[in-house]
Amino acid sequence: MRGLAKTIKTLIGMALIVSLLAACGGGGSGGNGSTSSGAGSSASSGGQASSGGNGSSENNAKPAQPFKGQRLVVYMANHPWVELIKSYLPEFEEETGIEVDIQNFADDQLSQKVSVQLTTRAATPDLFMMRPLQEARQFLRNGFIEPMNSYIENDEEYDFGDFSKSAVDGTVVDGQVTAIPIIADQHIMYYRKDLLENAGLSVPQTIEELGEAIKALHDEKNGVYGFVARGQRSLLVPQVSSYVFSEGGDFMADGKAAVNTPEAIRGFKYYADWLREYGPPGVLNMSWPEAMGLFTQGKAAFFTDASSLFSNAIDKEKSVVADSVGFALFPEGSHGRRPYNIAAWGMSLNANAKNKEAAMEFIKWATSKEIMTRTQTEGVPGVRESVWANPETTSKFPAELVEVLKKSQEIGVGHDRPQVIAVGEARDIIGAIVQKAILGEDIQAAADQANEEFQALIDREAQS
Amino acid sequence: MSSSWLDRNFKWVTTLPAVLFVIVMMAFPILYTVRLSLYDWGLSALVPPRWVGLQNYTDLLTSARFWNAVMNTFYFSTLALAFQLILGVAIALLLHRKNTRIAKTIFLMPMVATPVAMGLVWVLLFQPTNGVLNQILVSIGLKPLAWLGSVHTVIPSLVIVDVWEWTPMITLIVLAGLSTLPQEPFESAVVDGASSWQKLWYITLPMLRPTILVAVMLRLIDVLKTFDIIYATTQGGPGTSSETLNILGYVLAFQYYKFGSASALLVVFFTIVLGFTLLMIGLRKKLGRSA
Repeated sequence: MRGLAKTIKTLIGMALIVSLLAACGGGGSGGNGSTSSGAGSSASSGGQASSGGNGSSENNAKPAQPFKGQRLVVYMANHPWVELIKSYLPEFEEETGIEVDIQNFADDQLSQKVSVQLTTRAATPDLFMMRPLQEARQFLRNGFIEPMNSYIENDEEYDFGDFSKSAVDGTVVDGQVTAIPIIADQHIMYYRKDLLENAGLSVPQTIEELGEAIKALHDEKNGVYGFVARGQRSLLVPQVSSYVFSEGGDFMADGKAAVNTPEAIRGFKYYADWLREYGPPGVLNMSWPEAMGLFTQGKAAFFTDASSLFSNAIDKEKSVVADSVGFALFPEGSHGRRPYNIAAWGMSLNANAKNKEAAMEFIKWATSKEIMTRTQTEGVPGVRESVWANPETTSKFPAELVEVLKKSQEIGVGHDRPQVIAVGEARDIIGAIVQKAILGEDIQAAADQANEEFQALIDREAQS
Repeated sequence: MSSSWLDRNFKWVTTLPAVLFVIVMMAFPILYTVRLSLYDWGLSALVPPRWVGLQNYTDLLTSARFWNAVMNTFYFSTLALAFQLILGVAIALLLHRKNTRIAKTIFLMPMVATPVAMGLVWVLLFQPTNGVLNQILVSIGLKPLAWLGSVHTVIPSLVIVDVWEWTPMITLIVLAGLSTLPQEPFESAVVDGASSWQKLWYITLPMLRPTILVAVMLRLIDVLKTFDIIYATTQGGPGTSSETLNILGYVLAFQYYKFGSASALLVVFFTIVLGFTLLMIGLRKKLGRSA
């Protein structure tokens, strides 16, 4: 008996130790700072979505709740849109009976978490937010994404044709809809009305005029730099794209690398020259928070970046120049005015999701005309033309900005980065051209080298 | 029956959890990384890993970016370790003499802070236009620097952050060593009329040597692997001027989705760190004998 008691004690002790270790391990890998909404608990994040197909076969369920008992796990970024959707969520759950567990991640973590999770063919998350232009091709190729064509094509009430064409373009790869665009972004010009006025200048309409205005307003002694923009290698690529487009270039032409064409180099050169000659020190390590920070501290005259950042510029708490910020269309280059107009975020369906019908129900609800009208009215620019046509939805935006956004959507280009699978690598290659030029190196040599590397990347992708 | 089996094998049974832990959490990942380094894989669920033999290694060893990362890793590590060692030992000697607990606690605070959060704070301090450090430089009549924004100053700037954060660790270890030193040699030195400087140079430091070597070894392994503060401040930029091996490994894996190349790099990196560790252990044994 005593021997048996000892055995049991030892086994219990071991079980405790093992469970302790398991708990530590789990904490390390799963603790990515996720928060869950309302009813769903974070403990469920690792598990599979419950309740297979029996929910839909229940005939006695109320017609108002056709998906009763189904549960969705949705990975989302940290974004004002997500907060709004969370606040509307009870309505959706009430209407459909679907329980939705929204988990938030920072941008980089979201991408990593989705990649690692879906590589194992996990059924969760059912849905996830992603940056279509950055990740759509990679994720589609890796088998993470279920194309949504069949779910949306014949749904007249949903009306996918209402979505802004250039936003949709970015989410379609080889005819397959990889994501529903949710948040639009356009390249616009932020400027200081007071500085322009004092110098007696009008708002620059062309890139050439912008260059002259930058030069005129550059006043380093008084701490005002003519121009500020992103200088970090990879992050600057979308922000230089509109300059390249407007000069008649693109990152690729007919499937070949085209970053050393005279047109592309003209675009890169404007951006790099201005940052070198009239930009703030340390620009090479600047992303948008630093660049916007300088602009809002009154230390820059012009700033070209994404329209989605506008609220920072006019927030009186953060911006000392809130009252004198102007918004203008991206200036016209020698080949016209071609700012990017893209879907910054989209929502994709996991190829291995268990509840695809319920998941689509959620996407369609979150991006419906009704909900997008509400989110846009709260200040998050949407991607539906009918919503933009409704003046009430833009009442919270500065009037000047609304005109700029509408016009940008009409003329915009649907991409802002190279359309390859390995977008991250391609961006590093291309960003190096501008960085080298900012450092004063020969831009032609830098572009030639980058073109070679970029072409090698394209060739490699064609083979695989 | 079962209990006698347990009695006979008790030492194996009780160590089993630890052994399992080492196998699952350490040996398996390393072996898996080595295996992955021989394949080409883009984290795809559809396209399986493709066997490429040593291709990833040859590509890596012939790429300029890899050697740039090697140089950056050693530049950063050497500079950081040198400053940490000198400052850490000096502060320890000072604190040991005065023995003020509050000062000790304050000196240890940087080590306790979250590196990523501190990295972001340092980004603000380093801001070329509005940052505190440049305001100080200007106020004492010096020219402002671009700090993290220049290819020339980025690594020294990162070294400042690392020194700020990790000098206390050297101090902590050396303080522990100091408190165990016997008093007799010092007493006889005083009798022989040794100055404070002579006591420090001929008695304290030689007796501290094993302790300092341990501190250097621990710091060296850590500083070679520095990731958090670099990622939080520059992500390896401007260009690739602060891209260390660890950062490059991360970029290859999670931004380029080249898991084979990233694994190959990590295997090489692991070998380098292991080599240094063995070197330090050997050095310690040798110096320990001659002391």
